[in-house]
Amino acid sequence: MNTAAIPTNELVRFAKFFLQELKPRGKWLTPFNVISIPVILVGLVILYFRFTLGLGAVTNLSQQYPFGFWIGFDVMTGVALAGGAYVLCFVVYVLRIEKYHSILKVTILNGLLAYIFYSGALLLDLGRPWHIINPIIGNSFGYNSVLFLVAWHFLLYTGALFLEFSPTIAEWAHWEKLRKFLTSMTLGTVIVGITLSMLHQSGIGAMFLMAKPKIHPLWYSEYIPLLYFVSSIFGGLAMVIFEGTMSSKIFSNLIGQKTHHSHNDIILGLAKGAAITMFVYYFFLAFIFMHGEKWTLINTSWGYWYLVEVIGFVLVPCFMFAYGVRNKRFGVIKTAAIMTVLGVILNRQNVCLIAYNWYVVDKYYPSWQELTVTLMVVFVEIWVFRWIVTRMSVFSKE
Amino acid sequence: MATATVAAGGVPNLNIKADTAIPPKEFVGVLVDTTRCIGCRSCEVACSEAQSNFVPDTKNDNALEKIRDTSEKQYTIVNRFETEKGPVFVKKNCLHCWQPACAAACLVNAMLKTKEGPVTWDGDKCMGCRFCMISCPFDIPKFEYSGWNPRIMKCTMCYERLQEGKKPACVEACPTDTLMFGQKRELMEIARHRVYSHPDKYVHHIYGENEVGGTGWLYLSSVPFDQIGFRTDLGTIPYPEYTREFLISIPLIEFGVPAFLLALNMLTDRKDEVREEDGWTETGADK
Repeated sequence: MNTAAIPTNELVRFAKFFLQELKPRGKWLTPFNVISIPVILVGLVILYFRFTLGLGAVTNLSQQYPFGFWIGFDVMTGVALAGGAYVLCFVVYVLRIEKYHSILKVTILNGLLAYIFYSGALLLDLGRPWHIINPIIGNSFGYNSVLFLVAWHFLLYTGALFLEFSPTIAEWAHWEKLRKFLTSMTLGTVIVGITLSMLHQSGIGAMFLMAKPKIHPLWYSEYIPLLYFVSSIFGGLAMVIFEGTMSSKIFSNLIGQKTHHSHNDIILGLAKGAAITMFVYYFFLAFIFMHGEKWTLINTSWGYWYLVEVIGFVLVPCFMFAYGVRNKRFGVIKTAAIMTVLGVILNRQNVCLIAYNWYVVDKYYPSWQELTVTLMVVFVEIWVFRWIVTRMSVFSKE
Repeated sequence: MATATVAAGGVPNLNIKADTAIPPKEFVGVLVDTTRCIGCRSCEVACSEAQSNFVPDTKNDNALEKIRDTSEKQYTIVNRFETEKGPVFVKKNCLHCWQPACAAACLVNAMLKTKEGPVTWDGDKCMGCRFCMISCPFDIPKFEYSGWNPRIMKCTMCYERLQEGKKPACVEACPTDTLMFGQKRELMEIARHRVYSHPDKYVHHIYGENEVGGTGWLYLSSVPFDQIGFRTDLGTIPYPEYTREFLISIPLIEFGVPAFLLALNMLTDRKDEVREEDGWTETGADK
């Protein structure tokens, strides 16, 4: 075979195909477009000022609060809620539970886009983003830094997610041989991906280990890496339930009949998994609380706020999941999923922003520019998601 | 015969003479005796002039009226605290920890504990993530939020001046001998001597002796340290120790977990049992 000739012909064909696919499909004036396009445009203007005048021009960051909403929400929460991809990969590929195979591709795609966009949002927050190559190309390795680990595991895991999703891309581009080759690598990639996830999900928690004197003792413990890891499991599962519910409404024409019917069964299984991991998480929290003898802290305003998070957004949705599974009440399960997602968001904001430097008078709150840029990142991610699912076979057609 | 030749050729090289070995270097630091400080703020001016930072107008700015913090414009500041023993002036700057949290936090080694003792910052490496600011127990590193090319600003103990054999600018500018530059071992002896010979003048504590595993800068005071703006709840464990166990667990997880997952995958292989059943697909196959 003339292997040398194939790439040029093939690349020309793919370039034409890609340009063809790039064209928008469907109506332009949808409510989502009407809202998202102005937000994205305003976000771009804000980013222009951020990169010319500095972070202070658009954010409320201060010397007391070096991490703001872009880190605390976009990166830390975004990564935690993208945990569904490694959990489902574990269930389907390692435990071989085939029931969840039909939602696997879309979950991996969600995970991949979350990593690209939300950990990519880190670039907006770095003071000298062009130096991000330093820890990668090896001219300056800070081996003893937790952040070094997190950065590398982010990068490798994004690559792993891309490999896991790549058979779908190869199928879309009609590269059959490549697809077969990529598919054969899936198990290895999945195993590496799960390991990388365990380490960087907990690593994000470990970043706060040295902030011991600054984080309110109700939120600080030496087990914070474990808590971050476990909460990424049920946070990810809740997000899969939430996204699955949204997708099955919005993209119902893309989803096959059989999958539609098995959707309820899948949701029950995911909810069961979330309920159990949440109870384990609650048990860890209670154990850390009692072992640390933190009773005296509870009867303060910080204590009440802690209870709102731990009871209201962990224990309550945990029991709601259990109740919903037992009685097949899908409304309860979906509400619990939303509460769980909010609970993970709340926990990350508490550790990173609210209970961080809790004794400081000038508290941090995000500026409207920070919120707009965050919204912009979310919207752009949805645009790319929509573009991919309407072109590649992400949803199960069966 | 061969062995004898090797021995004859090899042994003399191993015999390193004591006088040719590099003399042991010790970390340098500064002893701050707050009982001597008169709050003239000469150190602030000298520091900013040496580092080309904002030079405060010490005559007219009334800065001692309120408690200040070091900033992205000034590496060091002097605060006045009203105590039971009258006003006490305290100079604040980077303490140059023995095992700095900021350097352990830095993923590019931009924050560096030099072998001489000062903790320095390298702008060619720093990517501006500000994790050093999260990690520093004293909240010392400051970030320039204005400007497209921001720097992390903190005291470097005048590392370049030390290389030239000079003292830090603030030490040289101090008119009352509040600041004393030297090796920590010597400074500790001087500090202890002062505390023991004047037990009525000093509290029986040298701040920085053991705090966060020991710091390069040491402080003496006439009143308990929590009354003059020092955190006394930081403990004596070096801050990098808090992440040590996690970092050690990484290689264990990196090798152990994949093996465990692969074993689990083999264990759950029911291919032969359920091949005939409907709906079975190979692991990894697309549905």
